Amino acid sequence: MNNKTVELLVGVFIIAGIAALLILALKVSGLNYYPGQNTYQLTASFDNIGGLKVRAPVRLAGVQIGEVKAIAIEPKTFKAVVTLAIDSKQDQLPTDTAANIQTEGLLGSNFIALSPGYAEDFLKHDDRIEVTHSALILENLIGQFLYNVNKK
Amino acid sequence: MINQLQSLGRISIDTCTSIGRSGLFLTQVLFRKPRIRRSFPLLIRELYSVGILSLPIILVAALFIGMVVALQGHNTLAKFGADAQMGQLLALSVVRELGPVVTALLFAGRAGSALTAEIGLMKTTEQLASMEMMAVDPLWRIVAPRFWAGFISMPILALIFNAVAIYGGSWVAIDWLGVTSGTFWSNMQAAVGFRVDIVSGIIKSLVFGLVIIWTAVYQGYDCVPTAEGMSRATTRTVVYASLMVLGLDFILTAMMLGDW
Repeated sequence: MNNKTVELLVGVFIIAGIAALLILALKVSGLNYYPGQNTYQLTASFDNIGGLKVRAPVRLAGVQIGEVKAIAIEPKTFKAVVTLAIDSKQDQLPTDTAANIQTEGLLGSNFIALSPGYAEDFLKHDDRIEVTHSALILENLIGQFLYNVNKK
Repeated sequence: MINQLQSLGRISIDTCTSIGRSGLFLTQVLFRKPRIRRSFPLLIRELYSVGILSLPIILVAALFIGMVVALQGHNTLAKFGADAQMGQLLALSVVRELGPVVTALLFAGRAGSALTAEIGLMKTTEQLASMEMMAVDPLWRIVAPRFWAGFISMPILALIFNAVAIYGGSWVAIDWLGVTSGTFWSNMQAAVGFRVDIVSGIIKSLVFGLVIIWTAVYQGYDCVPTAEGMSRATTRTVVYASLMVLGLDFILTAMMLGDW
Protein backbone atom coordinates (compact mmCIF):
# COMPACT_ATOMS: atom_id res chain seq x y z
CA MET A 1 0.00 0.00 0.00
CA ASN A 2 1.46 3.36 -0.93
CA ASN A 3 2.26 6.14 1.47
CA LYS A 4 -0.55 8.46 0.48
CA THR A 5 -3.31 5.93 1.16
CA VAL A 6 -1.83 5.11 4.55
CA GLU A 7 -1.66 8.78 5.51
CA LEU A 8 -5.21 9.33 4.31
CA LEU A 9 -6.52 6.38 6.32
CA VAL A 10 -4.70 7.53 9.46
CA GLY A 11 -6.25 10.98 9.01
CA VAL A 12 -9.69 9.39 8.76
CA PHE A 13 -8.92 7.32 11.88
CA ILE A 14 -8.01 10.41 13.94
CA ILE A 15 -11.11 12.26 12.69
CA ALA A 16 -13.27 9.26 13.61
CA GLY A 17 -11.82 9.39 17.12
CA ILE A 18 -12.60 13.08 17.48
CA ALA A 19 -16.09 12.53 16.08
CA ALA A 20 -16.67 9.76 18.63
CA LEU A 21 -15.56 12.10 21.42
CA LEU A 22 -17.96 14.77 20.17
CA ILE A 23 -20.82 12.27 20.01
CA LEU A 24 -20.07 11.15 23.56
CA ALA A 25 -19.83 14.74 24.81
CA LEU A 26 -22.88 16.17 23.08
CA LYS A 27 -25.27 13.29 22.56
CA VAL A 28 -24.48 10.99 25.49
CA SER A 29 -23.51 13.36 28.30
CA GLY A 30 -25.62 16.29 27.04
CA LEU A 31 -22.78 18.73 27.57
CA ASN A 32 -24.11 21.38 25.21
CA TYR A 33 -27.19 22.44 27.13
CA TYR A 34 -25.81 25.51 28.88
CA PRO A 35 -22.58 26.79 27.36
CA GLY A 36 -22.20 29.30 30.19
CA GLN A 37 -22.01 32.65 28.41
CA ASN A 38 -25.68 33.07 27.64
CA THR A 39 -26.89 32.75 31.21
CA TYR A 40 -27.44 35.09 34.11
CA GLN A 41 -27.29 34.26 37.80
CA LEU A 42 -29.89 34.38 40.53
CA THR A 43 -29.54 33.29 44.14
CA ALA A 44 -32.11 31.80 46.46
CA SER A 45 -31.77 30.63 50.04
CA PHE A 46 -33.55 27.60 51.43
CA ASP A 47 -33.95 26.17 54.93
CA ASN A 48 -33.23 22.70 53.60
CA ILE A 49 -32.30 21.69 50.08
CA GLY A 50 -32.82 17.96 50.59
CA GLY A 51 -30.94 16.07 47.89
CA LEU A 52 -30.45 18.96 45.47
CA LYS A 53 -27.16 18.73 43.57
CA VAL A 54 -25.10 21.04 41.40
CA ARG A 55 -26.26 20.82 37.73
CA ALA A 56 -29.80 19.91 38.80
CA PRO A 57 -32.33 21.42 36.36
CA VAL A 58 -34.24 24.66 37.00
CA ARG A 59 -37.71 24.48 35.48
CA LEU A 60 -40.38 27.01 34.69
CA ALA A 61 -43.80 25.46 34.00
CA GLY A 62 -41.99 22.14 33.60
CA VAL A 63 -39.62 23.42 30.91
CA GLN A 64 -35.92 23.49 31.74
CA ILE A 65 -34.61 27.06 31.62
CA GLY A 66 -31.38 26.69 33.56
CA GLU A 67 -29.43 24.71 36.10
CA VAL A 68 -28.05 24.88 39.62
CA LYS A 69 -24.56 26.34 39.47
CA ALA A 70 -23.38 26.30 43.07
CA ILE A 71 -24.58 25.45 46.57
CA ALA A 72 -23.16 27.08 49.70
CA ILE A 73 -24.05 27.86 53.32
CA GLU A 74 -24.93 31.40 54.40
CA PRO A 75 -22.69 32.06 57.44
CA LYS A 76 -25.08 33.73 59.90
CA THR A 77 -28.49 32.33 59.07
CA PHE A 78 -27.24 28.78 58.38
CA LYS A 79 -29.41 28.60 55.30
CA ALA A 80 -28.38 27.00 52.04
CA VAL A 81 -27.71 29.53 49.27
CA VAL A 82 -28.26 28.09 45.82
CA THR A 83 -26.89 29.92 42.76
CA LEU A 84 -28.97 29.39 39.63
CA ALA A 85 -27.77 29.94 36.07
CA ILE A 86 -30.79 30.93 33.98
CA ASP A 87 -30.93 31.13 30.19
CA SER A 88 -30.65 34.79 29.11
CA LYS A 89 -33.72 34.40 26.91
CA GLN A 90 -35.79 34.08 30.09
CA ASP A 91 -35.01 37.60 31.32
CA GLN A 92 -38.60 38.57 32.16
CA LEU A 93 -39.13 36.73 35.44
CA PRO A 94 -41.11 38.96 37.85
CA THR A 95 -39.33 39.94 41.10
CA ASP A 96 -41.84 38.02 43.22
CA THR A 97 -41.11 34.71 41.50
CA ALA A 98 -41.07 31.79 43.94
CA ALA A 99 -38.53 28.96 43.94
CA ASN A 100 -39.57 25.52 45.16
CA ILE A 101 -37.47 22.40 45.45
CA GLN A 102 -39.44 19.53 43.98
CA THR A 103 -38.82 15.87 43.33
CA GLU A 104 -39.16 14.08 40.02
CA GLY A 105 -41.61 11.30 40.78
CA LEU A 106 -41.64 9.60 44.16
CA LEU A 107 -37.98 8.57 44.31
CA GLY A 108 -36.43 10.73 41.59
CA SER A 109 -33.82 13.45 41.90
CA ASN A 110 -34.53 17.02 43.05
CA PHE A 111 -34.96 20.04 40.82
CA ILE A 112 -35.94 23.69 41.32
CA ALA A 113 -39.33 24.78 40.04
CA LEU A 114 -39.87 28.51 39.53
CA SER A 115 -43.40 29.88 39.69
CA PRO A 116 -43.67 33.44 38.40
CA GLY A 117 -45.55 36.11 40.37
CA TYR A 118 -47.30 39.28 39.26
CA ALA A 119 -44.78 42.07 39.90
CA GLU A 120 -44.06 44.63 37.20
CA ASP A 121 -40.26 44.56 37.62
CA PHE A 122 -38.03 41.76 36.39
CA LEU A 123 -35.23 39.86 38.13
CA LYS A 124 -31.76 40.91 36.98
CA HIS A 125 -28.30 39.36 37.21
CA ASP A 126 -27.25 38.61 40.83
CA ASP A 127 -30.74 39.28 42.19
CA ARG A 128 -32.12 37.20 45.00
CA ILE A 129 -35.33 35.20 44.88
CA GLU A 130 -37.13 36.03 48.13
CA VAL A 131 -39.99 33.52 48.19
CA THR A 132 -38.65 29.98 48.58
CA HIS A 133 -40.05 26.66 49.72
CA SER A 134 -37.73 23.95 51.03
CA ALA A 135 -37.47 20.44 49.79
CA LEU A 136 -40.20 18.05 50.76
CA ILE A 137 -38.35 15.32 52.62
CA LEU A 138 -40.28 12.09 52.41
CA GLU A 139 -38.74 10.57 55.54
CA ASN A 140 -39.77 13.58 57.67
CA LEU A 141 -43.30 13.44 56.30
CA ILE A 142 -43.58 9.74 57.10
CA GLY A 143 -42.18 10.44 60.57
CA GLN A 144 -44.72 13.17 61.23
CA PHE A 145 -47.52 10.99 59.89
CA LEU A 146 -46.56 8.09 62.15
CA TYR A 147 -46.26 10.46 65.11
CA ASN A 148 -49.76 11.80 64.49
CA VAL A 149 -51.20 8.33 64.07
CA ASN A 150 -49.67 7.24 67.37
CA LYS A 151 -51.09 10.24 69.19
CA LYS A 152 -54.65 9.30 68.22
CA MET B 1 14.60 -27.75 51.07
CA ILE B 2 17.66 -25.59 50.45
CA ASN B 3 17.16 -26.08 46.73
CA GLN B 4 13.53 -24.96 46.87
CA LEU B 5 14.51 -21.91 48.88
CA GLN B 6 17.20 -21.16 46.33
CA SER B 7 14.78 -21.47 43.40
CA LEU B 8 12.32 -19.16 45.17
CA GLY B 9 15.12 -16.65 45.56
CA ARG B 10 16.10 -17.01 41.93
CA ILE B 11 12.52 -16.46 40.75
CA SER B 12 12.17 -13.30 42.81
CA ILE B 13 15.53 -11.94 41.65
CA ASP B 14 14.58 -12.67 38.03
CA THR B 15 11.22 -10.95 38.46
CA CYS B 16 12.79 -7.86 40.00
CA THR B 17 15.48 -7.73 37.30
CA SER B 18 12.94 -7.99 34.54
CA ILE B 19 10.70 -5.29 36.08
CA GLY B 20 13.71 -3.03 36.44
CA ARG B 21 14.89 -3.72 32.88
CA SER B 22 11.45 -2.99 31.48
CA GLY B 23 11.36 0.30 33.43
CA LEU B 24 14.78 1.31 32.07
CA PHE B 25 13.63 0.28 28.60
CA LEU B 26 10.54 2.49 28.92
CA THR B 27 12.57 5.51 30.00
CA GLN B 28 14.96 4.93 27.10
CA VAL B 29 12.05 4.89 24.68
CA LEU B 30 10.31 7.91 26.22
CA PHE B 31 13.17 10.27 26.97
CA ARG B 32 15.17 10.64 23.84
CA LYS B 33 15.97 13.57 21.66
CA PRO B 34 12.86 14.08 19.51
CA ARG B 35 13.47 14.04 15.78
CA ILE B 36 9.94 14.90 14.80
CA ARG B 37 10.36 15.43 11.08
CA ARG B 38 12.05 12.08 10.57
CA SER B 39 9.98 10.09 13.07
CA PHE B 40 6.61 11.29 11.85
CA PRO B 41 6.34 9.09 8.69
CA LEU B 42 7.31 6.06 10.79
CA LEU B 43 4.62 6.96 13.33
CA ILE B 44 1.97 7.28 10.58
CA ARG B 45 2.82 3.83 9.21
CA GLU B 46 2.58 2.30 12.68
CA LEU B 47 -0.69 4.11 13.43
CA TYR B 48 -2.03 2.39 10.35
CA SER B 49 -0.95 -1.11 11.36
CA VAL B 50 -1.70 -0.73 15.09
CA GLY B 51 -4.79 1.47 15.00
CA ILE B 52 -6.63 1.09 11.75
CA LEU B 53 -6.08 -2.63 11.34
CA SER B 54 -7.56 -3.08 14.85
CA LEU B 55 -10.71 -1.18 13.88
CA PRO B 56 -12.78 -4.06 12.38
CA ILE B 57 -12.62 -6.25 15.48
CA ILE B 58 -13.32 -3.23 17.74
CA LEU B 59 -16.32 -2.15 15.65
CA VAL B 60 -17.90 -5.61 15.51
CA ALA B 61 -17.29 -6.25 19.22
CA ALA B 62 -18.70 -2.82 20.16
CA LEU B 63 -21.85 -3.31 18.12
CA PHE B 64 -22.62 -6.69 19.64
CA ILE B 65 -21.71 -5.72 23.19
CA GLY B 66 -23.96 -2.67 23.02
CA MET B 67 -26.80 -4.75 21.66
CA VAL B 68 -26.37 -7.46 24.31
CA VAL B 69 -26.26 -4.94 27.18
CA ALA B 70 -29.47 -3.36 25.88
CA LEU B 71 -31.17 -6.74 25.58
CA GLN B 72 -30.10 -7.95 29.03
CA GLY B 73 -30.86 -4.61 30.63
CA HIS B 74 -34.32 -4.49 29.16
CA ASN B 75 -35.02 -8.02 30.35
CA THR B 76 -34.21 -7.07 33.95
CA LEU B 77 -35.47 -3.49 34.03
CA ALA B 78 -38.83 -4.40 32.50
CA LYS B 79 -39.55 -6.53 35.58
CA PHE B 80 -39.54 -3.34 37.66
CA GLY B 81 -41.27 -1.29 34.99
CA ALA B 82 -38.12 0.78 34.80
CA ASP B 83 -37.22 0.30 31.16
CA ALA B 84 -37.13 4.08 30.78
CA GLN B 85 -33.76 3.87 32.57
CA MET B 86 -32.29 1.81 29.71
CA GLY B 87 -30.26 4.70 28.32
CA GLN B 88 -28.66 5.33 31.67
CA LEU B 89 -27.76 1.68 32.21
CA LEU B 90 -26.34 1.27 28.72
CA ALA B 91 -24.32 4.51 28.63
CA LEU B 92 -22.87 4.23 32.12
CA SER B 93 -21.85 0.59 31.81
CA VAL B 94 -20.32 1.14 28.37
CA VAL B 95 -18.57 4.45 29.00
CA ARG B 96 -17.23 3.61 32.44
CA GLU B 97 -16.31 -0.05 32.17
CA LEU B 98 -16.97 -2.03 29.03
CA GLY B 99 -15.55 0.51 26.59
CA PRO B 100 -12.06 0.89 28.03
CA VAL B 101 -11.69 -2.68 29.33
CA VAL B 102 -12.99 -4.65 26.35
CA THR B 103 -11.11 -2.40 23.93
CA ALA B 104 -7.95 -2.94 25.97
CA LEU B 105 -8.36 -6.74 25.98
CA LEU B 106 -9.02 -6.84 22.24
CA PHE B 107 -6.16 -4.43 21.64
CA ALA B 108 -3.78 -6.61 23.64
CA GLY B 109 -4.84 -9.66 21.63
CA ARG B 110 -4.86 -8.01 18.23
CA ALA B 111 -2.13 -5.37 18.28
CA GLY B 112 0.01 -6.28 21.30
CA SER B 113 0.70 -9.84 20.17
CA ALA B 114 1.45 -8.68 16.62
CA LEU B 115 3.96 -6.12 17.86
CA THR B 116 5.72 -8.62 20.10
CA ALA B 117 5.95 -11.16 17.27
CA GLU B 118 7.22 -8.52 14.85
CA ILE B 119 9.93 -7.14 17.13
CA GLY B 120 10.77 -10.64 18.36
CA LEU B 121 11.28 -11.91 14.82
CA MET B 122 13.50 -8.91 14.07
CA LYS B 123 15.58 -9.80 17.07
CA THR B 124 15.67 -13.50 16.22
CA THR B 125 16.81 -12.83 12.66
CA GLU B 126 19.35 -10.31 14.01
CA GLN B 127 17.83 -7.38 12.15
CA LEU B 128 18.04 -5.27 15.30
CA ALA B 129 21.72 -6.09 15.72
CA SER B 130 22.48 -5.28 12.10
CA MET B 131 20.64 -1.97 12.47
CA GLU B 132 22.92 -1.11 15.34
CA MET B 133 25.89 -2.02 13.15
CA MET B 134 24.64 0.54 10.63
CA ALA B 135 24.48 3.14 13.42
CA VAL B 136 20.68 3.21 13.31
CA ASP B 137 19.28 3.10 16.81
CA PRO B 138 16.63 0.33 16.84
CA LEU B 139 14.92 1.95 19.84
CA TRP B 140 14.34 5.05 17.73
CA ARG B 141 13.67 3.32 14.40
CA ILE B 142 11.59 0.32 15.54
CA VAL B 143 10.39 0.61 19.12
CA ALA B 144 9.51 4.28 19.66
CA PRO B 145 7.09 4.65 16.68
CA ARG B 146 5.27 1.47 17.68
CA PHE B 147 5.09 2.62 21.28
CA TRP B 148 3.64 6.02 20.47
CA ALA B 149 1.28 4.59 17.85
CA GLY B 150 -0.19 2.22 20.43
CA PHE B 151 -0.42 4.93 23.06
CA ILE B 152 -2.27 7.25 20.65
CA SER B 153 -4.59 4.72 19.06
CA MET B 154 -5.83 3.04 22.25
CA PRO B 155 -7.98 6.00 23.51
CA ILE B 156 -9.22 6.66 19.98
CA LEU B 157 -10.26 3.03 19.63
CA ALA B 158 -11.96 3.16 23.04
CA LEU B 159 -13.88 6.32 22.08
CA ILE B 160 -15.03 4.72 18.83
CA PHE B 161 -15.98 1.59 20.78
CA ASN B 162 -18.11 3.70 23.17
CA ALA B 163 -19.95 5.55 20.43
CA VAL B 164 -20.64 2.42 18.37
CA ALA B 165 -21.75 0.40 21.41
CA ILE B 166 -24.17 3.12 22.52
CA TYR B 167 -25.64 3.41 19.04
CA GLY B 168 -25.89 -0.40 18.77
CA GLY B 169 -27.67 -0.50 22.12
CA SER B 170 -29.98 2.37 21.18
CA TRP B 171 -30.89 0.54 17.99
CA VAL B 172 -31.98 -2.55 19.96
CA ALA B 173 -33.69 -0.54 22.69
CA ILE B 174 -35.56 1.96 20.52
CA ASP B 175 -36.25 0.21 17.24
CA TRP B 176 -36.67 -3.31 18.49
CA LEU B 177 -37.77 -3.29 22.14
CA GLY B 178 -39.85 -0.12 21.82
CA VAL B 179 -38.28 2.13 24.46
CA THR B 180 -39.31 5.72 23.70
CA SER B 181 -36.48 7.52 21.97
CA GLY B 182 -36.92 10.76 23.96
CA THR B 183 -36.77 9.17 27.42
CA PHE B 184 -33.89 6.95 26.32
CA TRP B 185 -31.63 9.83 25.32
CA SER B 186 -32.73 12.34 27.97
CA ASN B 187 -32.28 9.87 30.84
CA MET B 188 -28.87 9.05 29.41
CA GLN B 189 -27.89 12.70 29.22
CA ALA B 190 -29.15 13.36 32.75
CA ALA B 191 -27.13 10.47 34.14
CA VAL B 192 -23.84 10.72 32.25
CA GLY B 193 -21.48 13.53 33.19
CA PHE B 194 -18.74 14.58 30.80
CA ARG B 195 -16.07 15.03 33.44
CA VAL B 196 -16.94 12.18 35.80
CA ASP B 197 -17.79 9.51 33.24
CA ILE B 198 -16.41 10.22 29.81
CA VAL B 199 -13.13 11.83 30.80
CA SER B 200 -12.44 9.13 33.38
CA GLY B 201 -13.12 6.54 30.67
CA ILE B 202 -10.51 8.24 28.52
CA ILE B 203 -8.02 8.32 31.41
CA LYS B 204 -8.58 4.61 31.92
CA SER B 205 -7.97 3.84 28.27
CA LEU B 206 -4.77 5.94 28.27
CA VAL B 207 -3.43 3.97 31.23
CA PHE B 208 -4.42 0.65 29.65
CA GLY B 209 -2.83 1.67 26.35
CA LEU B 210 0.42 2.52 28.10
CA VAL B 211 0.51 -0.79 29.97
CA ILE B 212 -0.34 -2.92 26.93
CA ILE B 213 2.05 -1.29 24.52
CA TRP B 214 4.85 -1.23 27.08
CA THR B 215 4.43 -4.95 27.75
CA ALA B 216 4.25 -5.71 24.04
CA VAL B 217 7.36 -3.88 22.90
CA TYR B 218 9.37 -4.90 25.94
CA GLN B 219 8.51 -8.58 25.56
CA GLY B 220 9.42 -8.45 21.88
CA TYR B 221 12.68 -6.60 22.48
CA ASP B 222 13.66 -8.83 25.38
CA CYS B 223 12.62 -12.23 24.00
CA VAL B 224 14.94 -15.21 23.78
CA PRO B 225 16.03 -15.18 20.11
CA THR B 226 14.65 -18.58 19.14
CA ALA B 227 11.35 -19.71 17.67
CA GLU B 228 10.27 -21.00 21.07
CA GLY B 229 11.33 -17.84 22.84
CA MET B 230 9.28 -15.77 20.42
CA SER B 231 6.16 -17.83 20.93
CA ARG B 232 6.61 -17.57 24.71
CA ALA B 233 7.06 -13.81 24.50
CA THR B 234 3.89 -13.44 22.43
CA THR B 235 1.90 -15.51 24.89
CA ARG B 236 3.33 -13.56 27.81
CA THR B 237 2.35 -10.27 26.20
CA VAL B 238 -1.30 -11.25 25.92
CA VAL B 239 -1.46 -12.85 29.38
CA TYR B 240 0.42 -10.14 31.28
CA ALA B 241 -1.25 -7.27 29.46
CA SER B 242 -4.76 -8.67 30.00
CA LEU B 243 -4.16 -9.38 33.68
CA MET B 244 -2.64 -5.96 34.27
CA VAL B 245 -5.55 -4.29 32.49
CA LEU B 246 -8.07 -6.07 34.71
CA GLY B 247 -6.11 -5.38 37.90
CA LEU B 248 -5.51 -1.72 37.06
CA ASP B 249 -9.17 -1.36 36.15
CA PHE B 250 -10.11 -2.26 39.71
CA ILE B 251 -7.62 0.23 41.16
CA LEU B 252 -8.62 3.03 38.79
CA THR B 253 -12.33 2.43 39.41
CA ALA B 254 -11.76 2.54 43.15
CA MET B 255 -9.87 5.83 42.75
CA MET B 256 -12.51 7.35 40.48
CA LEU B 257 -15.52 6.33 42.57
CA GLY B 258 -13.76 7.58 45.69
CA ASP B 259 -13.21 11.29 46.16
CA TRP B 260 -10.54 11.78 43.56
